[in-house]
Amino acid sequence: MRPVYAISGGVSKFAKARPDKTFQAVIKEAYDYAIADLGLDFPAFTALADGSVASYFSDHFNRQLMAGIMVQDYLGLCPKPGHRVEGGGATGGICLQEAWKAIASGSMDICVSYGWETMSHVETWKGNEFIALASDVSWDYPVGGFYSGYYAMMVTRHMKEFGTTVEQMAHVSVKNHINAYHNPYAQKRERYTIQDVRNSPMVAWPLTRLDICVMSDGAAVSILASEEGLRKLEAAGAKLTRPLVRITGVGRGTDAMRMSDRPHVDYDAFLRDYATEQERGSDETRRYYKKLWDHGTRYPGVHSFRAGRTAGNMAYKQAGIADPINDLDFVELHDAYTSSEIQTYEDMGLCRYGEGGPFAASGKAFMPGIDYGLKLPEKPACPVNPSGGLIACGHPVGATGLMQAVFAIWQLQGSIGRHFGDQALQVKDARRGAIHSHAGTGTYVTISILEREE
Amino acid sequence: MAKLPDQRPETLGGYIVHGLPFPVETDPDALAFLKRMAPIQIEQDYRITYLHSYGQDSPWFAGASNRHLLATRDPDSGYTYATPRGHDMYSGGETEWIDLTDRKARVHAFTVCHFGSEEFLPETPYVLALIEFEGANTLFLTRLMGVDPDQASTDWVGMEVRPRFLRNSKLKPTDVYFVPASAAKK
Repeated sequence: MRPVYAISGGVSKFAKARPDKTFQAVIKEAYDYAIADLGLDFPAFTALADGSVASYFSDHFNRQLMAGIMVQDYLGLCPKPGHRVEGGGATGGICLQEAWKAIASGSMDICVSYGWETMSHVETWKGNEFIALASDVSWDYPVGGFYSGYYAMMVTRHMKEFGTTVEQMAHVSVKNHINAYHNPYAQKRERYTIQDVRNSPMVAWPLTRLDICVMSDGAAVSILASEEGLRKLEAAGAKLTRPLVRITGVGRGTDAMRMSDRPHVDYDAFLRDYATEQERGSDETRRYYKKLWDHGTRYPGVHSFRAGRTAGNMAYKQAGIADPINDLDFVELHDAYTSSEIQTYEDMGLCRYGEGGPFAASGKAFMPGIDYGLKLPEKPACPVNPSGGLIACGHPVGATGLMQAVFAIWQLQGSIGRHFGDQALQVKDARRGAIHSHAGTGTYVTISILEREE
Repeated sequence: MAKLPDQRPETLGGYIVHGLPFPVETDPDALAFLKRMAPIQIEQDYRITYLHSYGQDSPWFAGASNRHLLATRDPDSGYTYATPRGHDMYSGGETEWIDLTDRKARVHAFTVCHFGSEEFLPETPYVLALIEFEGANTLFLTRLMGVDPDQASTDWVGMEVRPRFLRNSKLKPTDVYFVPASAAKK
């Protein structure tokens, strides 16, 4: 496979509603930004782009089928090849990986991945109904279909199984909201305390409104290129930001649509099929897991995402990552809920299963140099969601995974200060980062590793 | 003192408008000014009735309407799906029906929904629970009744429960719901 470079990106301001523009024009904001950042004008870039991948989750929100082609024509990309991908909340992550495939396979030299969601066209609770249709409409939706409810059930199991607390979850909300305070693209830029999170209205026990991301209108675009693509762009006058950023690992996993169908495997099967290399290689960790299983833990059940673990193991192997928390300089992950950020720490091997709660409150996932108003026992080790994540940036579903890619590109270019107008969120000397996109109750998960070229 | 609401809820619906402000003359200045106008937003109604088939899962609904909680299992391995599946995930073979009505059952996980999708908002607060059954390998999503939504506690996880059936079946998975095993039998 050929090396794939993530060379540019753009994000529209995420907002509760964007009635000022149709969805195509909102995407064009992000697209124009990405092209301008290459130092090219629209016709010059259009002449070089080989094709695209479109990312949006729901036909219901738009009440428009084949919305992808309406973007393709608005961006002036017709008659070049293009297609739409859909995989729930992971649609953006899948889109990036499909664009990666187009370049890695030699099919294209320059590929545009664009994504968006327009969630403001229906009222919030109707929007929740649309999202809940992404659960089995025979068995799950009619019982009281509500994604916050599904995730809250995972939490109660996680709490019972591992002793995770609501205060630990609230640490994630405080961290991500305060990070977003420095991110002009974020929908919510607020300073909250643990008490604010716990005192906000209860949505699905124990998740409060501040444990949960909001619905948004927004778009994101990421441009990928091969080495030949880089040459073509520079020959046309592009000024590529260096160091270049390369996608060095791509992993994806899946699980059953119905949470109730998830397996509950024994210790041996867990160790054989799901443990990270690091976990398998440590006597102490094997003993730790044996003890959990002796107390009744089974995997993944409803407290863990084997799709996430599978995606991570695959991406880490490709990128040569053996010790995620030390080998990664930052992670942008799919924190639709504070609890799912905690679950994902474990899936991604930033800590062991069962240790996500204490990890959240330890300080390891926080940014250095930012005052969170919290007493954190440990120093930052690997900032998670330095951008503010979904909880604070918003979650226009089809755009979210691509937004993560754009922020990761900027982190690795060292260009956060230029794009945000604020240096606070620049991870110092960031060499390697991971982005994590997640669908349903853990049905599709993508993890991609991006690295700075030395 | 509880915080008083200081915002009226936003809802759709309103007056029908005939005629919108627009320049009387479309001279260059007036046309250029159109770029500074606020967007027009309209309501679009969309309703549809689907004819949904439960397909190979249909006997479950017939069972529930006759006060039987059915499940399926792989005939060779015995792997049991508390939420029925027509085919086993591991062997690929067709499953067979079994009756779980009297199996010992416990709450595996739960939540109290204080908000919900539009369709279920009138029913809030309601309790969702995943139920585990003795000898079954997968769970079943249901409503849990007979517990106080304001007293939610992780102590509910592990609580022994039993099924109760709607007398007037709606042919939905909610034809069965669960109550604490200690609740009086009807």
